[in-house]
Amino acid sequence: MIRIENLKIRAGSFRLGPLSLELSTGEYGVLMGKTGSGKTTLLESLCGLRPIENGRITLAGRDVSGLRPGERGIGYVPQDGALFPRMKVRDNMAFPLIIRKCPKPQIEKTTSELAKQLGIAPLLDRFPTNLSGGEQQRVALGRALSFRPQLLLLDEPLSALDEMTRRTMYDLLKTVQTQSGVTTLHVTHNTDEAEYLGDVSFQLQNGQIVTGKRPDRPQETCQGAEVPTQ
Amino acid sequence: MASSETKTHRIGSDTPFYAALIVISGMYLFLLVAMLMANAAFLVSGAGEPTISEEWSQANPWWAKVIDNPVGAALADPNIQYAIYLSLVSCTISTILSLWVSVPLGYLLSRHEFFGRNLLDAILDIPIVLPPLVVGLSLLILFQYMPEYVRESVVYQVPAVVLGQFVVASAFAIRTMRATFDQIDSRREQVALTLGCNRFQAFGWVILPELRPGLLTAATLAWARSLGEFGPLLVFAGATRGKTEVLSTSVFLELSIGNLNGAVAVSFVMIAAAIVVLIITRIWGSRDLTL
Repeated sequence: MIRIENLKIRAGSFRLGPLSLELSTGEYGVLMGKTGSGKTTLLESLCGLRPIENGRITLAGRDVSGLRPGERGIGYVPQDGALFPRMKVRDNMAFPLIIRKCPKPQIEKTTSELAKQLGIAPLLDRFPTNLSGGEQQRVALGRALSFRPQLLLLDEPLSALDEMTRRTMYDLLKTVQTQSGVTTLHVTHNTDEAEYLGDVSFQLQNGQIVTGKRPDRPQETCQGAEVPTQ
Repeated sequence: MASSETKTHRIGSDTPFYAALIVISGMYLFLLVAMLMANAAFLVSGAGEPTISEEWSQANPWWAKVIDNPVGAALADPNIQYAIYLSLVSCTISTILSLWVSVPLGYLLSRHEFFGRNLLDAILDIPIVLPPLVVGLSLLILFQYMPEYVRESVVYQVPAVVLGQFVVASAFAIRTMRATFDQIDSRREQVALTLGCNRFQAFGWVILPELRPGLLTAATLAWARSLGEFGPLLVFAGATRGKTEVLSTSVFLELSIGNLNGAVAVSFVMIAAAIVVLIITRIWGSRDLTL
């Protein structure tokens, strides 16, 4: 689980916080807010890419506020995927494991399993530049999940996709998240997305998180107790 | 009323716009091409004295055309041969040195906001805006403050050639590398950091593979600048035949003894080198990076 307590961030003249937020293990949180409300800034701070002024970020009982980005165990998928263009899809996904010097057979196994799960197994030997937007997002998702992070941060991952691809990605995100059981915080400004995916939804307004409520729809379908099969 | 006004509004022809574009660009292009053609014509007209025997040239008229011209004669001159050799070596060394400097500086300027960045930026332009002779003079003065053994092994020696070329070439290489880093999405590097990299790993695994076209462009630019460098070298390295003589020095020396043929011939060698560099940059370098 992740707990954010009184987090204050300053980026130039832009101020955010104090923010508090809590997500239980395996929950899918959706953070909504207008463009410019500081959603990306918040995610960057959670990743450790942006210094925080004050407050504490606790991940699975561990205070990660002072840790370097790579030590936090957070998988981050930025808006455009930010895939590494000179690496094949396979190496993009294996990258965190290569950096961690995992044994080769294990890397192979993890990569092919994830690729199958994400439906990108046929793309493994291609370069990301030629992939469609949806495919790129799947690869980015695979890359962020391959090292089994404690928390998955998605920064408007579907905003650049067409309507059809978006719908399939909803289901994929939901399935993958339930199967891997990773706590997820998904940033979006799309109400549809928030309603469909979120167990918990948060609103970021005027530098504050104003609501942190569960949607009215039946809870049992999104608690991850049952594993959807499709 | 409004609708009738829109109906009567007539738009003038676009022809003058394109005509102006074509005429002005064409004039400049003509100047460039004419310069090169004049050089070639001057050489082919065979203004120089014959360098091979009459009988031989009659027996092999085509070979004679190739060999019996000022370029052939210049290439046969050991001083020019040395100048070519020194140019190739010194330009290559100064290019490698400028790449070593331009990568970290380009990265720093492109990726980081820090106090004094604008000042640093301005300082790095000094070799570009300073008159070349002043660059040489400044280097000369700087070495007056160095210990004697350093001064004697650099000033008016081969290391001065490399240093003179390096100072100016780096300024251009840094500009190119900075533009290269500007074009590489910093988000990728940040993602690499979250995936478990330290800065060095993120740079080596993610950024370095993307630098190749930029590095090549910077290298060819630095090399071409170095090849043409003359002012700083004249002051700082001197123009001693067979010692600190590079191709640009050769042109100067040939001209100063009134040998126009020799000067043009050496220029032709340099033009050939420049064209090769231009082709390399166009084919393998980054198309978006220009200075």
